[in-house]
Amino acid sequence: MSAAPLFLRDPRDVGGPAQPLLDVRDLRKHFPIRGGALQRVVAKVHAVDGVSFSVMKGETLGIVGESGCGKSTLARLLMRLVEPDSGEQVFDGEEVGSARGISVAGLRRQVQMVFQDSASSLNPRMPVQGSVAFGPRAHGMGPAESVALARELLQQVGLNPALFGPRYPHELSGGQKQRVNIARALALRPRMVILDEAVSALDKSVEAQVLNLLRSLKQQMNLTYIFISHDLSVVRWISDRVMVMYLGEVVEIGPAEQIYTAPRHPYTRALLASRPSMDPDHRLEEPPVTGDPPNPVNPPAGCRFHTRCPHAEAVCSARAPRLGLTQGARDHHAACHLHDPASGHSLAMVRH
Amino acid sequence: MSVTTTPAPVLAPPLAAPRSRGYWGTVGYRLRHDPVTLFFGALLLMIILSALFAPWLSPFDPYKESIIRRLKVPGYMGHLLGTDELGRDMLSRLLHGGRITLMMGFVPVLVATLVGGGLGILAGLAGGRVNALIMRVMDVFYAFPSVLLAVAISGAMGGGVFNALLALSLVFIPPLCRVAETATTQVRNLDFVDAARATGAKLHLVLWHHVLGNVLGPILVYASGMISVGILLGSGLSFLGLGVKPPEPDWGLMLNTLRQAIYVNPLLAALPGIAIFLTSVSINMVSDGLRSAMDVRL
Repeated sequence: MSAAPLFLRDPRDVGGPAQPLLDVRDLRKHFPIRGGALQRVVAKVHAVDGVSFSVMKGETLGIVGESGCGKSTLARLLMRLVEPDSGEQVFDGEEVGSARGISVAGLRRQVQMVFQDSASSLNPRMPVQGSVAFGPRAHGMGPAESVALARELLQQVGLNPALFGPRYPHELSGGQKQRVNIARALALRPRMVILDEAVSALDKSVEAQVLNLLRSLKQQMNLTYIFISHDLSVVRWISDRVMVMYLGEVVEIGPAEQIYTAPRHPYTRALLASRPSMDPDHRLEEPPVTGDPPNPVNPPAGCRFHTRCPHAEAVCSARAPRLGLTQGARDHHAACHLHDPASGHSLAMVRH
Repeated sequence: MSVTTTPAPVLAPPLAAPRSRGYWGTVGYRLRHDPVTLFFGALLLMIILSALFAPWLSPFDPYKESIIRRLKVPGYMGHLLGTDELGRDMLSRLLHGGRITLMMGFVPVLVATLVGGGLGILAGLAGGRVNALIMRVMDVFYAFPSVLLAVAISGAMGGGVFNALLALSLVFIPPLCRVAETATTQVRNLDFVDAARATGAKLHLVLWHHVLGNVLGPILVYASGMISVGILLGSGLSFLGLGVKPPEPDWGLMLNTLRQAIYVNPLLAALPGIAIFLTSVSINMVSDGLRSAMDVRL
């Protein structure tokens, strides 16, 4: 498990470094709510509603948003633990689930996930090295060999395999359990790891250790991360690009530094303003959003943020803005009428 | 690059060292160090073996009646536990009676665990309409009190050992099904099942390694608790004349016929009751011990 030299290309790398590792187009998942004696569908939760983005090879894409904005559903959709209603997902040039592309099982060998709840994501009746070894074992590796690999991985995530390998999950602390979860995610040598609130439940000091671990593992194993969190500071620290979600939609996506220093969408600004400032001189003047996000069962018409937006006008409730390139920045997209000169919004194109 | 290796605690207790026993090894180790469970386990084994080998252990023919030797005290002319109201040897009858009584405990629970547990796991895994269908049918059975249901079923089908076993099996299926369904639904929605699915492993491997192991524990513990209920219900059916027919020896039936002797020789009347009591207590104690030994969290 030595660090692969950069010039040595991964044989699984099909399209070369310029091709995105993951390309998602218009992914959609509405969960039906059933009611009444006949269990008919009475409403739908718009959990993920037309999300498109791409992840370049070797980068970390951070995904932020309030609880209930569809971050975790998106993660499960990407792993196909939940079947999407519509949309396409292309992994390194191969469409997932189509006859000519990559199968779901094939995708799962290359994309792995670390769950938020470190306790419930480990089988309580299996020693942790068994949990780590399960993936390789299920793919035909011998019992002794897979346990040896599991112990090697435990070592790599900073757990003494002789001491921790045979233990059961309840004998480990939260941070140790999350290290085991990371080891399990790495057991199949994936190219991409989805970290769904992977450090959110940990103490701050343990969180920092695990974040450092994630960063060094990424270098050693040439990984690509999707890092989902509600902690804006952590996302800024670890991410190359950041995607902001609101009520199942992408409202802004761009390089991390730009998102944090020059946010374009009013929601992003409000989100950033809501976090306690480290430096009184750089305090954002935008007021934080008030109230709760609207019910995703009945999302507002037009722009979904218009009910809480300080710049809302008639056009905002009439038409939904498209995710478009914003002016003066490369690769920085926002879905807001303010940044579309043709939108008819009175403040459109005014510098903010 | 600041991978912090968690250092071994300096004052690690020496208990942490012998940890490589594996799951069943750990269970065995705990059972061997649990004197109460061992004692009742031995007692239960003795009861089962003596029932199994009753024909060879019995000093007398359990059906041989004698008008002059009725209701004699223990020790009378070689009758170690005395004789019953028809002059038959009590010890022989108790040994033979254990065969049917224990069968009443184990067979219905076994059948119900296979059928009810299987249906429950299926309902839990399938979810949706299959779950609703299975569980609503179970709810219908649940509407009757279990004793009443057992009496009604064997009453409707007539007496006899086979019908009593069938009735008890039917009574035990709904609760076991419910336990299995609850456990399965609970486990199925935990993240580690998703994590196992996310490895791309085949579904049967995920079910076998991650779902079944976590479901079987609660089902087996519940089922072992049902055995003594089965013995009591079976004895109750025989007592009411719905289970075993005389002169077949059965503890419940003996309890019924000997209760008239309670003024003549109270010890005789109590003997079948004591046998039932000892058996159900030991089964309960053993199942309790198994439960704590099998729980890895303890």
